[in-house]
Amino acid sequence: MRAGVLPKLLLSPSVLLLLVCVYGYIMFTVYLSFTSSTLMPVYDWAGPASYHRLFGLENWSVSLGNLVVFAGLYIGIAIVLGLGFAILIDQRIRAEGLFRSVFLYPMALSFIVTGTAWKWLLDPGVGLENTLHHLGWESFSFNWIKDSDMAIYCVVIAAVWQTTGFVMALFLAGLRGVDAEVVNAARVDGARTWQIYLKVIIPQLGPVFLSAFVILAHMAIKSYDLVIALTNGGPGRSTWLPSVFMYQYTFTRNEMAVGAASAVLMLLAIGVVVLPYLFSEYRKVKRG
Amino acid sequence: MDKNNKPLAASRLALYAVLVFLALLFLMPVYVMAVNSLKPLDEIRNGNLLALPQLWTSEPWTTAWSTAQIGVQPTGLKPYFINSFLIVVPAVVLSALIGALNGYILTQFKFRGSNALFAAMLFSVFIPYQVVLIPMAKTLGFLGLAGTISGLVFVNVVYGIGFTTLFFRNYYAAFPQELVRSARMDGAGFFGVLFRILLPSSGPMIVVTVIWQFTNIWNEFLFGASFSDYSSFPLTVALNNLVNSSTGVKEYNVHFAGAFIAAIPTLVVYMVSGKYFVRGLMAGSVKG
Repeated sequence: MRAGVLPKLLLSPSVLLLLVCVYGYIMFTVYLSFTSSTLMPVYDWAGPASYHRLFGLENWSVSLGNLVVFAGLYIGIAIVLGLGFAILIDQRIRAEGLFRSVFLYPMALSFIVTGTAWKWLLDPGVGLENTLHHLGWESFSFNWIKDSDMAIYCVVIAAVWQTTGFVMALFLAGLRGVDAEVVNAARVDGARTWQIYLKVIIPQLGPVFLSAFVILAHMAIKSYDLVIALTNGGPGRSTWLPSVFMYQYTFTRNEMAVGAASAVLMLLAIGVVVLPYLFSEYRKVKRG
Repeated sequence: MDKNNKPLAASRLALYAVLVFLALLFLMPVYVMAVNSLKPLDEIRNGNLLALPQLWTSEPWTTAWSTAQIGVQPTGLKPYFINSFLIVVPAVVLSALIGALNGYILTQFKFRGSNALFAAMLFSVFIPYQVVLIPMAKTLGFLGLAGTISGLVFVNVVYGIGFTTLFFRNYYAAFPQELVRSARMDGAGFFGVLFRILLPSSGPMIVVTVIWQFTNIWNEFLFGASFSDYSSFPLTVALNNLVNSSTGVKEYNVHFAGAFIAAIPTLVVYMVSGKYFVRGLMAGSVKG
C-alpha cells in the first residue's frame, strides 16, 4: 500500500532523530576534528592539524597497537572457543539447554560487572595467585594485570569469557542448519566424526564465521567499559584502546579536536568492517 | 549405528567431563563474586578466593547497598539502582513502541527512499558512540537535560530506535500479508491494523525487544559516564565509582556484593526468559 500522510507523519520523528542525532552528529564530529577545539568546540577551520597531532602522539600509537593485539586475540580465541563449544554441545548431549545457558549467561552481564569480577580474580594480592599460594603452591605467579606488557591480555581473557557463549550460539544455529544428507553420506563412507567436522561441516559454516568476525570486530573497536572497569587503562596507559584515548583527550585533557579525530577514525574502522558485510547481506536479501 | 559400545562410552564420558569442566570454569567468576561477598574482609585477604566463608556475613551486601562511599557521599548503591530503573523503564517502553510503529510503517507501506532509510537505521546500530558524544553533550546542555535522568532516557531511546525498528521490521516482514489485507478490506484503518492485527500477534517479538533493550540499557556505561552527575548516575557508573575510586582500604567483599547487585536484574531476566534473550541476540546479530 502506498504511504499516505499519516504513516509518513508518524515515521518522521524517528527519521529526524536519525538524521540529526546519528548522521548530523557524525558530520559535526568530523567537522570538529578539523578545528582547533580544546575545552569547548570552536568552529575555525584548522585543516588536518589535529590528525597530524594525533598520529604523532605516543598515546595514540599505544592505543592503536593495543587494539590490534586485543582485537586479534579476542576475535581469534572467541571464534575458536565458540566453535569448539558449539561442536561439543552438538553431540546430542543430555542437559544441552543447561550447558548452553551456563556458557551464555555472561552475555547478560554488564562489562562493568565482568570487569569488577575479573579485576579481583586476576589481582595477585587477592585473586588466583593468592589463592594458589594459600593452597600450597608458593612459587605460583600470575601478575599480568599489574604488568604493563601483559595487562592487555587480561582484557582479552575477560572479554573472551563474556562473549564466547554468544559465538557458540551463532555456531550452534549454523551447525543445526548444515545439510544432514551430506553428513550422513560421509558417515556411510566411513569418515570419522572429526573428519566430518573438518572436511564437511566446518567448510559449510563460512557465513557464520563471517558474521561472528564482523560482530566481534565491531565489539572490539567499541570496547570501552570493560577496560575502564578492569584496568582503567593501566598500569600507566598500557591498556588504553582508541575508545579510552577518545574519552581522555575529549573530556579530561581538553583536546577536543584530537578526541574528535580519534572518534572519526574509530567510525572509519567500523565502517571498513561492517559496511561491506551489510552490503553483501542486503544484496543476498534482495536476490531472495 | 554404534557397533562397539565400549570406546564410545569412554568418549562420551570424556565429552561430559570436558563440558562440566568448562561449565565450572564459566561459573567460577560468579561463584567467586557470590562467596566472597559473604565473607569478612580478612578472610579474603588471608585466604582462598574459592573457599566458602568460614564466617558468613551479609554486611558487605548492606554496606554496598546503603552505606558504601560513591564519590563523596556514603549513600551506597541504592539511589543509583533506583536511577537505573528510572532510566531503563521509560527508555525501554518508548523505544519499543517507536520500534513497533516504525516496523509497521516500513513493512506495510511503500514510499520512496524506504530502503535507504532502513539501511541508514541499520548502520546506526553499529556506530561507535564516541562519534556522537561531543554533539550530544552540547545538545543535552542546550535542552537543559545535561546530568538528568530525562537526558539519559532521551539518549538511550534515540540510540535504541535502530535496534527496535530492526526487530519489528523483520518480524512484520514475515507476517502473513493476507491477514493485513483482509482487515483493510473490512475497513480497518492505520491504527486498526496495528492494534487489532499486528500488535496482538507480536507477543514474542515484544518480549524479545523489551528484554534486549532492558539488558542493553541496564548495562549501558558510556552514556551514563558522559552525561550524568552524582544525582543521576546509573548503577554501572556508580559501581565503577565504588570499585575504582575508593582511596582507602579496598573492600573486595563490598565490591563483589555491589557487582552482584548490579548483575541481579539482568541475570533474573536471563534465567526467566533465556530463550527470548538468545533470540534477541541472534536477531541483533544476523541483521538484514
